[in-house]
Amino acid sequence: MSVSNNVLAEAAAISSKSNLRILAVIAGLLVLFVAVPLGASDYWLSSIIIPTLVMGLAGISLNLLMGYAGLVSLGSAAFMSIGAFSAYNLILRAPFLPLPVVLLVSGLVAAAAGVVFGLPALRIKGFYLGASTLGAQFFFEWVFSNFTWFSNDSQSLTISAPRLAFLGWDLQSPAGRYLLAISVTTALIGLAFLIVKSRLGREWMAIRDMDTAASVIGIRIARRKLQAYAISSFFLGVTGVLWGFAYLGTSDAHTFNLDKSFQVLFIVLIGGTATIFGNFLGAAFIVLTPILLDRIVLAANLSFLGDQGALTNLQRVIFGVIIILILIKEPDGLAALIRRATTAIGKWKRGAT
Amino acid sequence: MSFFKKAFMLAGAIAIAASAAVTPSLAEEGTGQQLFPLFSYRTGPYAPSGIPQWAGYRDYFNYINEKGGVNGVKIFVQECETAYTLERAFECYERYKNGYAGAPVAALFTTSSGFDAAISDKARIDQLPIVSVAGGRGDAVDGSVFPYQFPLLFDYWTEASIVVEHIANQVGGYDKLKGLKIATLYHDSGYGRETIQPMGILAKKYGFEDIQIPVPHPGEQQQAQWQQIKRAGVDWVFFRAWGVMSPVGLKTAARVGFPADRIIGDIWTGSEEDARPAGAAAKNYLAVSVYPSGTDFKISQELKKNIIDAGKGDLKDPTKFGSVYYNAGLVQAIIFTEVLRTGQAKFGNHPLTKEEGHWAVEHLDITAERIEELGATGLLSPLKVTPQDHEGQPAAKIVQWDGTKWNAVTGWLKGDRPLFKDAIFAKAAAYAKEKNLPPREPVAN
Repeated sequence: MSVSNNVLAEAAAISSKSNLRILAVIAGLLVLFVAVPLGASDYWLSSIIIPTLVMGLAGISLNLLMGYAGLVSLGSAAFMSIGAFSAYNLILRAPFLPLPVVLLVSGLVAAAAGVVFGLPALRIKGFYLGASTLGAQFFFEWVFSNFTWFSNDSQSLTISAPRLAFLGWDLQSPAGRYLLAISVTTALIGLAFLIVKSRLGREWMAIRDMDTAASVIGIRIARRKLQAYAISSFFLGVTGVLWGFAYLGTSDAHTFNLDKSFQVLFIVLIGGTATIFGNFLGAAFIVLTPILLDRIVLAANLSFLGDQGALTNLQRVIFGVIIILILIKEPDGLAALIRRATTAIGKWKRGAT
Repeated sequence: MSFFKKAFMLAGAIAIAASAAVTPSLAEEGTGQQLFPLFSYRTGPYAPSGIPQWAGYRDYFNYINEKGGVNGVKIFVQECETAYTLERAFECYERYKNGYAGAPVAALFTTSSGFDAAISDKARIDQLPIVSVAGGRGDAVDGSVFPYQFPLLFDYWTEASIVVEHIANQVGGYDKLKGLKIATLYHDSGYGRETIQPMGILAKKYGFEDIQIPVPHPGEQQQAQWQQIKRAGVDWVFFRAWGVMSPVGLKTAARVGFPADRIIGDIWTGSEEDARPAGAAAKNYLAVSVYPSGTDFKISQELKKNIIDAGKGDLKDPTKFGSVYYNAGLVQAIIFTEVLRTGQAKFGNHPLTKEEGHWAVEHLDITAERIEELGATGLLSPLKVTPQDHEGQPAAKIVQWDGTKWNAVTGWLKGDRPLFKDAIFAKAAAYAKEKNLPPREPVAN
């Protein structure tokens, strides 16, 4: 082993672990807030990074509910749509509100809806609960496509992003929209960590693992479950604003359809339940794999295999096969795969020295 | 390490290596050519209406390229699958908005109203002309508010007035419309609701009774609606369906005893795929058509000889040749090549940039003589775009289903577009106000 490595190892041993962690976080934030917006092209920002970030955030939202509190929801997209439509109407009808307040209030509106649709969780469980959250999915799609007030009587029922600005900064450019998305994402990740490590998070996990036992030790189950729905929906509401305005720039009721709910669900399953960063792995997988496959097909010039239609369907087949393989080989998700890989590398390194 | 994992990692490594190795060799493949990004949907719920359209596009471009291109500039088609989702379409947009592999992009042709509405703001920032033939947002005809959007050829407002014009012709003049009952049975969506306002304006002007009946998506249950039509004693039905709603509606109409020749379908309700599944119930059913079907046009015969019969066509199912959707793709491809010719006449015979493309679309003028030269008489109506009017002169035919195919029963009808001008421009102005847009600088020349 080289000298510099030894020095590094010693330095690492001397400085406490927490110091290193703080340094890593600061370096990470510098990269996210300065290097990425300066270095990444419009294509990368608009089509790769922003959707991955936002879908990862949606994964976190659902993971709080599913992974930590053990409750199911098939209506994630409905709460995203509530957030998006609330933000649109707030900015339109109360233009004096600053953007952070708009985000906060939109999240709270979604949280209120989440509590209402979480009520059945007090009485029913599992599959049946899933059906009741499915109700939210259909109900809000119907509301937003039948009451034109929500889309300011626009004939096509779409809402388009109002001017996004904060403290005089115009956030319309890809870099601006990225900065909006990354600021909200980091804030919400921080909040998610706090919640998960707090008493609330621990009690959720107790309920998830065995609710009878949890109630015996004095956890107020009903209240905690409703809080789980409220917090998850708050996160989803804010995510919906980002999806509608920071990514797409427009949306209508069908942007947030059942497919989107299932996508969020798959992000949680593929990324790993009860993790925070795993959601971004899951989101990257769901958002990027189809694009990557398309690129490979384009680059490899596979037209001898069949026409465009056949190739497109082939891509979908491959995508499905990859999902199945991952779920078979790694039922705990990509996060567990990475965790195992890092411990294996650590072991191997220790073995080498 | 298990076999699975090994195989998995190997596959990953090969994929990454392959994409890295092959990309550079592609880099300048398109030099000297004109990029045409084809945003397709060969998968997803609307694939059946998509597939023949892309074939129409591809076959025509293939034909043009074999003849040496447009004044020597070949068309470089890059297909990008969107599955009719916004997310994928955005990725395609970002991929091609600045050209690809050395080929510049002159204009983007889209075939999804959702994407068209969504891309409005981005196109304005990127200054890329977005052309949506016979679709797109109605208020975008106002070029002063929407400088980069072109809903060419047709809109649903004009469609409403064409339907009323045809009914007037049938009953013996506009003055006979008074007291008639015209029901609009529409798909309850943004697309379906587009005709509520124009039908209201027309009803007020001509004194017929305007009845609006929504059908919730996807529309596989219409018993109640058709019974309502029958009970109300409706004289004509303007049928604005989409997908499965069309054959179901025609069958239900037959069941309640409403005559098919009193039903006039929307342009997206008037394809073979809409009428054929309804069987005998669809006989004599009428529809508005911007894309007349058929294979007798001169250009269709050329395509048949040089592309289809030569085995170079894109269609897997050759019976779709000359269908409404195939001809839709064909018409759009013809318009694109005419845009190129218009631009080349001013800027020289080279691939056009988006600025040149924008000028070209705004000065597009396809005259009846030019259409005759193209061999597309009867297939395409004359079209003249100006910087103020981004639609051209909308026109459509009424066609009738004889049980096996569509036949035109009228020539090009123009409707009463001036009647709506104020209402449409007021909508555009309201949009400009909501978005706080500055007025466009007047266009010179």
